[in-house]
Amino acid sequence: MYPIDTSRTDLAREFKKNPFGPHSAELQRILNRMRWEPLKGKFVLVCTKPHKEWILAELPGERGKPITMHHDQVFTSLADAEWVVFKRRWKRITGQELAVD
Amino acid sequence: MAGFITGYSDRISVRPGETIKFMVSTQGVESYDATIVRVICGDDGPQSPGYKVEPLKTSVDGRYKARFQSIHAGSYAIMPPSPLIDGLTSFTAQAMVMPTLPAKPWQVVMGKWVEPSECGFVVYIDDKGQFCTGIGDGKGGTCFLRSGRPVHAGRWYLVAAAFDVASGTLRLWQEPQDVYPGHDAVAVETTTKVRVGARADLPFLIGAWSEDGRADGGTVGAHFNGRIDDPILSRRALDRAGILALRHGPLPRTIAPDVVAAWDFAADMMSDRIRDASPNRLDGRLVNLPTRAVRDSLWTGEALDWKQAPGHYGAIHFHDSDLYDCGWQADFTLTVPAGARSGFYAARLFADGIEEHIPFWIRPPAGTTTAKLCFLVSTASYMAYANPHFGTGRYSELIGGAFSVLTRADVFLNNHPEYGLSCYDMHSDGSGVSITSRLRPILNMRPRGPLWEYNADTHVTDWLEARGIAYDVLTDEDLHTEGVAAIAPYACVMTGTHPEYDTKEMLDALDAYKERGGRFIYLGANGFYWRVAYHRELPGVMELRRAEDGSRAWAAEPGEYYMSFTGEYGGMWRRSGRPPQRMAGTGFVAQGFDLSSYYRRLPASHDPRAAWIFDGVGADERIGDFGILGGGAAGWELDWYDVTNGSPPHALVVARSEGHTANYQVVNEEVLFNYPFLGGDANDMVRADMVFYETSKGGAVFSTSSIAWGGALFHNRYDNNVSCITENVVRRFCDPTPFPPPR
Repeated sequence: MYPIDTSRTDLAREFKKNPFGPHSAELQRILNRMRWEPLKGKFVLVCTKPHKEWILAELPGERGKPITMHHDQVFTSLADAEWVVFKRRWKRITGQELAVD
Repeated sequence: MAGFITGYSDRISVRPGETIKFMVSTQGVESYDATIVRVICGDDGPQSPGYKVEPLKTSVDGRYKARFQSIHAGSYAIMPPSPLIDGLTSFTAQAMVMPTLPAKPWQVVMGKWVEPSECGFVVYIDDKGQFCTGIGDGKGGTCFLRSGRPVHAGRWYLVAAAFDVASGTLRLWQEPQDVYPGHDAVAVETTTKVRVGARADLPFLIGAWSEDGRADGGTVGAHFNGRIDDPILSRRALDRAGILALRHGPLPRTIAPDVVAAWDFAADMMSDRIRDASPNRLDGRLVNLPTRAVRDSLWTGEALDWKQAPGHYGAIHFHDSDLYDCGWQADFTLTVPAGARSGFYAARLFADGIEEHIPFWIRPPAGTTTAKLCFLVSTASYMAYANPHFGTGRYSELIGGAFSVLTRADVFLNNHPEYGLSCYDMHSDGSGVSITSRLRPILNMRPRGPLWEYNADTHVTDWLEARGIAYDVLTDEDLHTEGVAAIAPYACVMTGTHPEYDTKEMLDALDAYKERGGRFIYLGANGFYWRVAYHRELPGVMELRRAEDGSRAWAAEPGEYYMSFTGEYGGMWRRSGRPPQRMAGTGFVAQGFDLSSYYRRLPASHDPRAAWIFDGVGADERIGDFGILGGGAAGWELDWYDVTNGSPPHALVVARSEGHTANYQVVNEEVLFNYPFLGGDANDMVRADMVFYETSKGGAVFSTSSIAWGGALFHNRYDNNVSCITENVVRRFCDPTPFPPPR
């Protein structure tokens, strides 16, 4: 499994600047690692108002169980929301907060 | 939970004068308003043409009282009440059983049992994952017997329960057919004064128990997940030798008179009926279409086609997530008014800020056409994708190239598993979903939904309307049922963006149409890919076996590549000798879902045979470096020209896409050994080949080979080179002047 180098905040900044890609090969490897995370507890977004509002959520990992909605994490920009998912997954995988605002 | 409105219709394709019923269920609203609308564009996104519908004045217009209608997912077999079963005081109930989800508590193999009153007899798996049996007198007296040993998922067991009323002895056998240390046969017994309750109006169920004691099945529960084979019911308590003697008939003479029923699940395989092979003929029927034509406990691998060895395919795979027909009551009915234009339509329902669309299609009056162009609506593909669980599943992110963004429909479907699954999902037990029905609300076959299949296809209808091109619509089901006659009157037939699923009847009709000089536009990609079958007796339901290979959400089990509905070999059309390249010149080669790209013209685009396609397009223009789907006209799924797979040698590859991202990967059926440069950034197989060729009798075919093409039509208010090329082709293809054969 590809280890995320927590010193590579430059790659995190690249994602923040351009969340929808295309991404550099190095950033792509981080994203691949993040996407390979198990379903249970995986941070995702739920679109609550089409094209206008997104909420941070966590998958239950099992169909029929409730999706955990983080109602304090509401976004009106999908790019902002993607950045928060990136940071949450970074922390879950590396155990360290991503020190990039 | 917020309120909702959902619904479906009994038919999806109607003509003026015909009627269609709409079934609606609501929660949290008192009433709703209904109108009929013609759907022009279902994409309401910020970059889109916008949500566009036109009201059609009909007798449906009005306010309706809201009501909740329930869905009971989960398959089972039901035998109507019979005196032969009602009169049982002693019994033996036996079957070969393969549990696939034994960790789920309370799953019934078979019995005549009402759960609340605990009346009758039953064989089941309990909350310890072991086989059990129980009898109850319905007056509080019960006796339950457990094997004491949990079973393993995916293994066959002989399971038998026997009760002798004279001695009060209840016995249970649990005998694994795969024996290994710690996985041995178990036989247990007990004695009891309890007797089997005598209730004369109870059905005998396989795969569930009754929860309300109704003779017609009513509400059932404790659905079984797994396979059941050779269920046999006898009127006395057999010993082990007798039980073994009954396995796999013919019924021994010494026991035959005591056999009440011996159901042969291999009989009537293509139907929803199950046959009792005993002289008593206690035949039954299946509810919610469990999977038939699956391997049973005798399967050896010598026969791979159930038709060649039905006796090796005598099992039925039940799932608690099977769903065929919701069976709701109709809330309103539409008789299509005379003069209603052919097109996409929907019943549009409103209540308290909640909106729902129930889609259907109107054809021209019988025997007439109202346009030269026929838009073939990919309803078979819409059904394959019906109610998918992509957002909560594994593959969404892996192939999507982005973090998952769930829609409200995704959340609803996660919270309401009773709405059933798509052919991209797994059942509760992990087995692939091979049967899909439209007799249930389909939340992604709607305007305002994801830009895939239905909604992506409305980019095309929007463009046709905007460009003033008249068209009739025809659904896949119509084409399947009526054959080439349904399209023969049209100068040109055009597909939507992703006609992925086809029956043999559909391909035969399209081939015949082309051979007779018809013009065919394939306005998408990954079409004509999977072979599917509609049920021959039951409406609105389709089967798919994801056999051999292909880009697929699950893999059919070995020996289960032949469909139960028709006996046809399932899987990719390519593996049945009809690769998509033979249908429209190109076939699936790569997919990715992050960013789309553009095409460049190739020298063949200047050949006089095809140069007219590019009238108004510069020689060096990038074609479709814009669009709603990924920002380009070449994207999502891509097809290539490949003579070895049937692309016509005389076809012209007039343009080719380039510059795809690493997220685009060559599909697995084009890769023998994997290698580390299958992405669009490194492999030139990742491309869309735009193809034109003439057919016999003055016909022609044009293929864009990209799903994202339709999403680029609207760019710059339809003034762009994708729109220009499409219009050049549509108008020329609708012109009856024959295409001369190439010299």
